[in-house]
Amino acid sequence: MGVSTICPAPAPTAMTLENLFEFPEGRRLLTCLQCGVCVGTCPYGDVMDFPPRRIIAMLRAGMIEKVFQSESLLACVACYACMAKCPRDIRLTEVLLPLMKEQALLRMPELPGELQKALQNTLRYGNPMGESSRKRAAWVKTAGVPIRIFQENPAPADVLWFVECYTSYYPRGQDCSRATARLFHALGVDYAILGNEEKCAGECGRLTWEPGLFETLMDYNMAVFQKYRFGRVVTSCPHAHNAFKNRYTSIGFGYELDHTTPFLGRQLDRLRPLLKRRLDAKVTYHDSCCLGRQNEFYDAPRELLRAIPGVKLVEMTHNRVNSICCGGGGGGMWLDTYFKSRGMERLSERRVKEAAATGADVLAVSCPYEISRFEDALKVLGFEKQLRVRDVTELLAESMEG
Amino acid sequence: MNLLVLLKMVPDVVEELEIASDGAGLDMDVARMALSESDDHALEQALLLKERMGGTLAVLAVDAAEVDDALFTALAKGADRALKVDAGEVAQLGTRALADLLSQVIADGHNLLPVDLILTGTQAIDDLDGLMAPLVAHQLGLPYIAIVIQVTPDPARRVASVVKEYPGGVRGRFEIDLPAVVGIQSAERPPRYVPVAKVRAAMKTQRIETVQAPTLADGGTVLAEVKSMSKPEETGRAEMIEGTPEAASARLCGILAERGLV
Amino acid sequence: MPGNIWVLAEHWRGKVSEITFEALALGRDVADQLGSKVEAVLLGHGVKDLASQLGAAARVISTDHEALAEVVPEVYAEALAQLARRERPAAVLTPLSNVTLGVGTLLAAKLGASAINFCKNVRVVDGKIEAHAVLYGGKIETKVAAAAEPVVLGIGPGARLADAGRSAEPPAVVDEVTVDLPEAQPIRFKEFIEPEAGEVDVTQQDVLVAVGRGIGSRDNIALAEELAAALGGVVCGSRPVIDQGWLPPSRQIGKSGMQVKPRLYLALGISGAPEHVEGMRGAELIVAVNTDPAAPIFNVAHYGTTADVLEFLPLLTEQAKALRG
Ligand SMILES: Cc1cc2nc3c(=O)[nH]c(=O)nc-3n(C[C@H](O)[C@H](O)[C@H](O)COP(=O)(O)OP(=O)(O)OC[C@H]3O[C@@H](n4cnc5c(N)ncnc54)[C@H](O)[C@@H]3O)c2cc1C
Repeated sequence: MGVSTICPAPAPTAMTLENLFEFPEGRRLLTCLQCGVCVGTCPYGDVMDFPPRRIIAMLRAGMIEKVFQSESLLACVACYACMAKCPRDIRLTEVLLPLMKEQALLRMPELPGELQKALQNTLRYGNPMGESSRKRAAWVKTAGVPIRIFQENPAPADVLWFVECYTSYYPRGQDCSRATARLFHALGVDYAILGNEEKCAGECGRLTWEPGLFETLMDYNMAVFQKYRFGRVVTSCPHAHNAFKNRYTSIGFGYELDHTTPFLGRQLDRLRPLLKRRLDAKVTYHDSCCLGRQNEFYDAPRELLRAIPGVKLVEMTHNRVNSICCGGGGGGMWLDTYFKSRGMERLSERRVKEAAATGADVLAVSCPYEISRFEDALKVLGFEKQLRVRDVTELLAESMEG
Repeated sequence: MNLLVLLKMVPDVVEELEIASDGAGLDMDVARMALSESDDHALEQALLLKERMGGTLAVLAVDAAEVDDALFTALAKGADRALKVDAGEVAQLGTRALADLLSQVIADGHNLLPVDLILTGTQAIDDLDGLMAPLVAHQLGLPYIAIVIQVTPDPARRVASVVKEYPGGVRGRFEIDLPAVVGIQSAERPPRYVPVAKVRAAMKTQRIETVQAPTLADGGTVLAEVKSMSKPEETGRAEMIEGTPEAASARLCGILAERGLV
Repeated sequence: MPGNIWVLAEHWRGKVSEITFEALALGRDVADQLGSKVEAVLLGHGVKDLASQLGAAARVISTDHEALAEVVPEVYAEALAQLARRERPAAVLTPLSNVTLGVGTLLAAKLGASAINFCKNVRVVDGKIEAHAVLYGGKIETKVAAAAEPVVLGIGPGARLADAGRSAEPPAVVDEVTVDLPEAQPIRFKEFIEPEAGEVDVTQQDVLVAVGRGIGSRDNIALAEELAAALGGVVCGSRPVIDQGWLPPSRQIGKSGMQVKPRLYLALGISGAPEHVEGMRGAELIVAVNTDPAAPIFNVAHYGTTADVLEFLPLLTEQAKALRG
């Protein structure tokens, strides 16, 4: 019987740890000054046996196997801080760390169970939480505005909105999707979604050691894209944005690409008159790693927030390129209990302490991972009465009503 | 050690199950099939034994949707051979008929004999008319034990020491003559992760051996007739128990007592 | 004359199991509908005395043999098969428990009889036995008719109340009968291994009392412990409770903790975050206590109340204790 989730691999032509130095990006590693800025900027640099600087040193010394015997690579949350700060412009998070993690996965006697389950779920159901793939679009009925699903109406659209997992399945993620749908509707965006045909873009598979999983998902999603006609992909998830931008292009992804926040930011002139309701809130914005450091979308979310009547924007100590990761990237989403058991501080807690210190009432975010991570951290630290977590789209939609 | 693991695909309950138009079976066009959970543990236990003691490990399954994924995954994890029984229209065979098929295939040769240990899951969610392990043991005339969480073979003495789970965290140790059929409850460690790249590689370089289904006397055992199937009522939202805390706790206590939970 | 309904009387380490009484109650209902009698089959070695507890059965068939000292499915099934061939019961009820699992399947195979597992009820329709079985982990209910007599019915817990199958009176008739079993057995029981003190596997529990931040403080965990003791379960919790060190990490339920499917999950002061729900939504019966009527836990619970846990807990404990006697 022909049903299969896994398709056989195409011939590997990609970079590996062995042939690393044959590629210009790989050769850059040889220029490392061993200055240690990466260690200082890494949120878990102080607890890793092998922080980025030492990994490069071990690689150059031909002793890389030693690194695989430590747990250091588990603690990399793919926050792009080391890469953003490197004076030699070494693409650590993009080049070295995924290759290292891939090898670590092959050698690890046992994966932390939670991560293993997330990877298996993503392969089988197209989402890490192991929810039914056929219920991915179930939230659409609750959106309050019509949402076109390509499978039901394949007419061409300007925009394919790639919703992603947390925004499809988690109740708070769905809040954010409903808000996005209302904004698109109000702006008259001609868009459609893939509904149950959509599967996770796979970015966390890639940055979480699993290139085979990532490629399977990439091949799958690209095949679905090719069934329909649209000119632009807009996604709610910075991780999906990253995957499309940096990897899907290698197999022919040629659409215009946006994350929801900058996409809305560019339509601010049309959006502004719709933002009628005052929110009267002091808001602090958390720059997500993938949107911020990786894409430098620092201004769009802030401009959107300032456009909301009554919003006063305040900054946390660490903002923009210096923002502190929520701890969810690179597999952290499925490892933070494991980290805690190793005595490591949860990064989401580190972050919300800073947010609370600003005296803000709202912690604004634009990555679906952050909602659940920060809401949990606020509860654990007892800040939940003082501070609410809201996606930028939620605040915009709130301001649009009534 | 020659190890054989019997794998069975069962309807995946993460996805909605639909009832076929005759009202007496699942709509198999809608159902997705997944490897039975305790079979996955049986495979893990067999892999551990092979790593420890050497020998060969074969996996055997009757054809079903998505069975190839399960078999290639087993190969990628370290099984030496994967065999699939092509039984034509098998989607709705009961466990007894499946066990008849598998036992016949094992007995017919296919280089599966001699075998020291046959491992499979203790129980599957669709074992309506019987469990796989005791049925195969019965057909092949082998000893059988289930709810096993540890197997330590002693090939020199042709026995294995097995640990079985009892209620309340108590375990029991048995000695069983080899060859034997063992129903695994859970392996000594959780089933391992196999990177998708390895499964993809197995799909390119390894092969699933397809075995034609043997013809069974009277077409296999069908001794239970499913008359109708239905879905239990969706709960949707909790029934709220109102009243003072005293009244509410009394009411709840009653509900628990009704269900034999107090 | 319709055949009688047999119940394999499970006992373990000298005690008759609760499920035996449940099966006796069920068996009696079926026998009544069929116009026959319910009979208990007591297999074992040195446990004849247990027959006195099986008064709900019209008759106890008692067999003592060395090879029956511990349940080995092959041996138990052989003994039952020999007895069944002699007496031709209409049905044999066997528990699908950790002690007895496998006996029913082998018995049916030996007799060429029907087997129906996962039965939660059994009725007689047009003079024929029809089982209500729960398939696919509870997702589908089905009505199944046996195609060959006798039918071996695999019974899960909760088909009837155990009390309905208990009797103060000893059974009217106890017949001691013999079976012919081989001396040398290919499976030999060696020893029991006792759990280490304090070792608790939450995935193995029938009853879980789960506490969340609503429990307020570490000191209040004791209230939950008392209820758990009264219900014969153990205490577990949400991640924040574990993070604070109020309970050990092995008791965390959820995405990054344990996935559990107990018969009863009492969620006390737990909001029902998706990460938590992922670990417990498979429970058979979920009861939530939460002061916030809008808490998402009520979307997965079967029963709920908005009482204050600290008030509610001691009340429930007291009532449960009273019921237990
Ligand atoms: C990556 C990640 C993984 C996670 N993994 C897990 C996991 O495995 N398991 C898990 O549980 N969580 C997990 N979480 C945390 C999860 O998001 C929630 O924060 C957590 O489950 C909340 O726990 P809680 O329900 O005890 O607390 P809260 O959400 O604060 O809920 C407390 C509840 O108690 C009620 N309450 C308060 N006082 C009373 C009273 N006196 N009487 C009755 N009710 C009262 C309140 O109304 C409230 O609903 C994870 C989070 C993340 C980000």
